[in-house]
Amino acid sequence: MALKKHWLWLAWMAATASMAGLLTYKLLGPDRRNLLPGETSAGHYQIELACNACHTPWMGVKEDACYGCHAEELKAANDSHPKNKFIDPRNADRLKLVSADNCVACHREHVPHQTRAMGVTMPDDYCYHCHQQTLTDRPSHKNFKFDSCATAGCHNFHDNTALYESFLLKHADEPPTKDSASLPRRDLLAYLSEFQSWKPRDAIDLQQHDAPATAVSNSTVLHDWATTAHARAGVNCTGCHTVEDKTTKTKRWSDKLDHTACRSCHESEVQGFLTGKHGMRLAQNLSPMTPGLARLPMKPEAAHRELSCTSCHSAHAFDARTAAVDSCLACHNDEHSLAFKSSKHSQLWQNELNGDAAPGTGVSCATCHLPREVHQSGNDTRVLVQHNQNYNLRPNEKMLRSVCLNCHGLAFSIDALADAALVRSNFIGRPAGHVESIDLALRRQMELQKRK
Amino acid sequence: MKIPNPKGAVMAVVITAVVVLIFVAGCSKPQAVATAGFSPKQMADGLFTVMSSDRAVYTKQVVNRLQNDEKVIKASEHWKDEKALPLPAQMFRMGAETVAEKNPGFTYALLSLWPINKQNAPKTDAEKVALKFVADSKGATNYYTEETLGGKKYFTAVYADVAVSPACVKCHNDHDDSPRNDFVLDDVMGGVVIRLPID
Repeated sequence: MALKKHWLWLAWMAATASMAGLLTYKLLGPDRRNLLPGETSAGHYQIELACNACHTPWMGVKEDACYGCHAEELKAANDSHPKNKFIDPRNADRLKLVSADNCVACHREHVPHQTRAMGVTMPDDYCYHCHQQTLTDRPSHKNFKFDSCATAGCHNFHDNTALYESFLLKHADEPPTKDSASLPRRDLLAYLSEFQSWKPRDAIDLQQHDAPATAVSNSTVLHDWATTAHARAGVNCTGCHTVEDKTTKTKRWSDKLDHTACRSCHESEVQGFLTGKHGMRLAQNLSPMTPGLARLPMKPEAAHRELSCTSCHSAHAFDARTAAVDSCLACHNDEHSLAFKSSKHSQLWQNELNGDAAPGTGVSCATCHLPREVHQSGNDTRVLVQHNQNYNLRPNEKMLRSVCLNCHGLAFSIDALADAALVRSNFIGRPAGHVESIDLALRRQMELQKRK
Repeated sequence: MKIPNPKGAVMAVVITAVVVLIFVAGCSKPQAVATAGFSPKQMADGLFTVMSSDRAVYTKQVVNRLQNDEKVIKASEHWKDEKALPLPAQMFRMGAETVAEKNPGFTYALLSLWPINKQNAPKTDAEKVALKFVADSKGATNYYTEETLGGKKYFTAVYADVAVSPACVKCHNDHDDSPRNDFVLDDVMGGVVIRLPID
């Protein structure tokens, strides 16, 4: 009788429970891909299943979703259009046209039909809304279209550190290739000693290793280690292989290590790795990235390889030269990567490896994609390798200062990076087109001098 | 179809509506309010006193002393690249942007009728009138008004920005992008615009 009386409530409760169960399964189940509202952009697809990296529990966008990962990059680029520039109410009318105080106004996610280079989803003429006066203030610009400001190699919305007028003028007379073409020298040990309280130790050799006998499976491992900078810097086996047991909190030997073992000494390198496409899945507690998950063409035989520090550097040998080219080409299978070995850059790299050229004159994959960054501290200069290999690719003009200008002149470099075909062929040949930026700056300087 | 317990159903709908309203209200950003106890004018005048004093000290005791008098270090627009001091106007703007980031409920900007960066020219009607007013009065009188921007009402105060040291005059007169190059010491070069929301 009671069942008959409350049948509607019972039916409602059963339907609600079923819906809740289905939703929970979709949200927490093994495959949440079908919850994606649209294909994720090239910059985020690796972590698209870590929804809460960007979203609130109710699928809003977290306020710090973008800054959480990109703040340091924007700061380093001396962001030309930071959010705080638009907070002043005098910009209220402009914000109605372009919500420049909100990253997702220009970089919407899950809208593949609108997404273009750099993840921009705003029409390319966005500069028009605030910079119309440029056409009258700069007569040289009067015939330029607003959709070409940021697409022709002249300006960027965020990073103009190598494109501002004084910088163009300062580098106007540089030849295509400089006589002193070489990279800054790495000196990690000096950096560690200064900034991470690393106490210098004596070099150790094969006989002094402290690995337990049960852990040493073959002599190659020991030999590899003994020839590295690790052994020369006094870093013994237990220096890396000692980990803390999660339950007992005691230290114990571990054969299998991850990036956290490297982090104690290589903090900035690991941080870079976790921010880039190779390591960003690990940063979100997802399984490691594999070439099989990549959208770029990868070698089929490498599809299963899980990316960690040792997948490029190889455990024990830690040969930076192998990591600089061979490790990349073991997976990457696109036109640009495959052309490398026929390029002039590769020839310079071979010359350096063969001892026929000075250290720092070769150009490897890492030279451009894992650039050596110069950090100044007082009178000391420290060179660290940026391990976020995507850091200087958004857009590629970001390579100008950290990479190209070590060896090439600014005008040549701007032209080369603006030539998509030349980039694809790994810079075999010369730039087909010419970006006028430096010419315009020089002409304006002459006009101003005449007027004065 | 007859609902067995209409009161219960109504109660369920009401509770749901209240929960949704609380959630929505909790998600909206708090509105900035002017400080109680001070009039907006007093508040703006106080803020400007701090800003202009800091600005004058940086200009005279840091930039002018180290660059022009003692010739220890340069001040440059591209201070990071050139390992130089930020220009006083840049220092002021960096402060304004840092304040804006913290969202204390007021904003301020340094504008001019003769801006080196055209984005710092007056834009709103009030700014256009105010900058001309403080320049014409040679900084003797401030300008106060109310304006509505983006649907919100603001108390807007504008104060003359005066060339307090030779460094100001030289930099603006020499700069390639400066639309005016006949400034002399104590000239009004622009104005500080402070806005307080009064809704």
